[in-house]
Amino acid sequence: MGRRRSLADLSYSLVIGTLAGLALLIIVAPVVIVLTTSFTEGRSLKFPPTGFSLQWYEALFDASKSRQIHRAVYNSLEVAAWSTGFGILFGSMASLGLARNRHRLARVADGLFMSPLVLPGLTFGLAALMYFTLIGFRPSINLIIAGHMIVTVPFIIRTTSASISQLDPALNDSSQSLGASWLYTMRRVTLPLIAPGIFAGAFLAFMASIDNVPVSLFLSTARTDMLPIRMWGMMESTLDPRIAAVSGVLITAAFLLMLIMEWTVGLTRRMRD
Amino acid sequence: MRKLAEWQLALPLALAFASIFLAPLLMLVGVSFFNDDKISQPGFGQWAKFLGDPFSYKVIADTMLLGLKTVCATIVIGYPLALIYLDASPRLQKVLIFIIVMPLLLSVVVRTFAWIVVLGREGVVNTLLMQLGIISEPLRLLQTELGLVISLTQIEMPLMLLPLISVMSRLDPNLRDASSALGASRWRTLFKVIVPLSMPGLVAGCLLVFASSTTAFISQTVIGGVRLIYLPLLIWQQSLVVFNWPFAAVVSLTLLVSVLTVVSALSYLGRRSGGYVHG
Repeated sequence: MGRRRSLADLSYSLVIGTLAGLALLIIVAPVVIVLTTSFTEGRSLKFPPTGFSLQWYEALFDASKSRQIHRAVYNSLEVAAWSTGFGILFGSMASLGLARNRHRLARVADGLFMSPLVLPGLTFGLAALMYFTLIGFRPSINLIIAGHMIVTVPFIIRTTSASISQLDPALNDSSQSLGASWLYTMRRVTLPLIAPGIFAGAFLAFMASIDNVPVSLFLSTARTDMLPIRMWGMMESTLDPRIAAVSGVLITAAFLLMLIMEWTVGLTRRMRD
Repeated sequence: MRKLAEWQLALPLALAFASIFLAPLLMLVGVSFFNDDKISQPGFGQWAKFLGDPFSYKVIADTMLLGLKTVCATIVIGYPLALIYLDASPRLQKVLIFIIVMPLLLSVVVRTFAWIVVLGREGVVNTLLMQLGIISEPLRLLQTELGLVISLTQIEMPLMLLPLISVMSRLDPNLRDASSALGASRWRTLFKVIVPLSMPGLVAGCLLVFASSTTAFISQTVIGGVRLIYLPLLIWQQSLVVFNWPFAAVVSLTLLVSVLTVVSALSYLGRRSGGYVHG
């Protein structure tokens, strides 16, 4: 009996350990491989790379050769900044208004605001293109900002609502019973306490906007090219090796941002909860 | 100053959603009921054309199957990783969660590109297999469904792991100890205690992975190529290449309905199995 059990336990450790190891390998290896390949000396992106050089990074940072990429990066940052800004404003207001409200309509509104997370993004992207075109708007960066705000605001609402639900309502009551106005209580008590939640959500929203494909695919034009769409173009027909350098920059940026967010607001803890 | 009713704070966002989310979706439904690409003759022509073509059903089925295969693959290797996380020391847990969340911050396009380098003709897999003498000719991995499923497994993995880990860390560790003290093997404890109790996280993970992989346009077109046709590629072709908006509207509503159908079926099953655990 005891022996059979230890045999079963051994097979458990073996199977679970192997599969988990495979999962870790599959998550980490491609990222490491891309990073290594981006320093290749060769003209193609084979692995292992031949030699070491910064040629693709030089080509990427060259202002005239990579003008289109730079423009796309600039557009993506601009759209992400504005859509996150509007998202913080509207999203945190909506969370403050709805988080403690048990009314049916409030639940419906909450469901509506979260629905872009499950709705296929392409469906909304195409719908937005048709809508803006048919009511007579010309394609512009403002439309992309509006579209991105819709699909990224759920991230802000989720983390902000979570922070609000952890607030002790007694704090609010005591502030108001001590004579503070609603606005003063909001400014000096509520907002400082939920700020980390808003900030974490804003970070996720910003990253989601930078990474957004479905909305940008339909709303961007040659003049308002966005980074993911440009990168897609670099892979679609013939593989442009500069994309390895773009990837290297983005991997480094993601890694640094992740460290910063971990130290400041404890991002991973918030995502687990 | 008069005190605002608290719910009124939600009005600006509600207005934004009404005008740039609900209105476009309604218009999409409207456009799908036009026969011609000039959007001038109302009718059911495009729906009849799409639903009358056997090819459409193949594309729908392929898209849904791609989602289900990806979900299965993420469970098979993701669930064991979540179990390892559960048993790990707090220090190791921090490292693991960092590794799991990090890809989420990395552009999907970068993750897709990574798989081109891994699976390509001169990629890692082919180089390794040829050096080991297992194969003599490079395998064709890009532009196959197998390659696409492998890539999507990595790309969507964080969406499976985060809800799983979130639910699992809240499990009472005494339950596992009790199960093993009563003589259950670790396998038995896994399938009789941990899996049923982590069902809400598992279902949430499945929903996210399914919804995301069926609509992963970039990964599908770049790794799958043009020979593997899924609904997102069809939407893109019809709207931005052929400019037949009514037909594109029909296809994207089909995508919406089929994804939401599978998602509600999954969450219904999840609720039922949850009921089995509690009573």
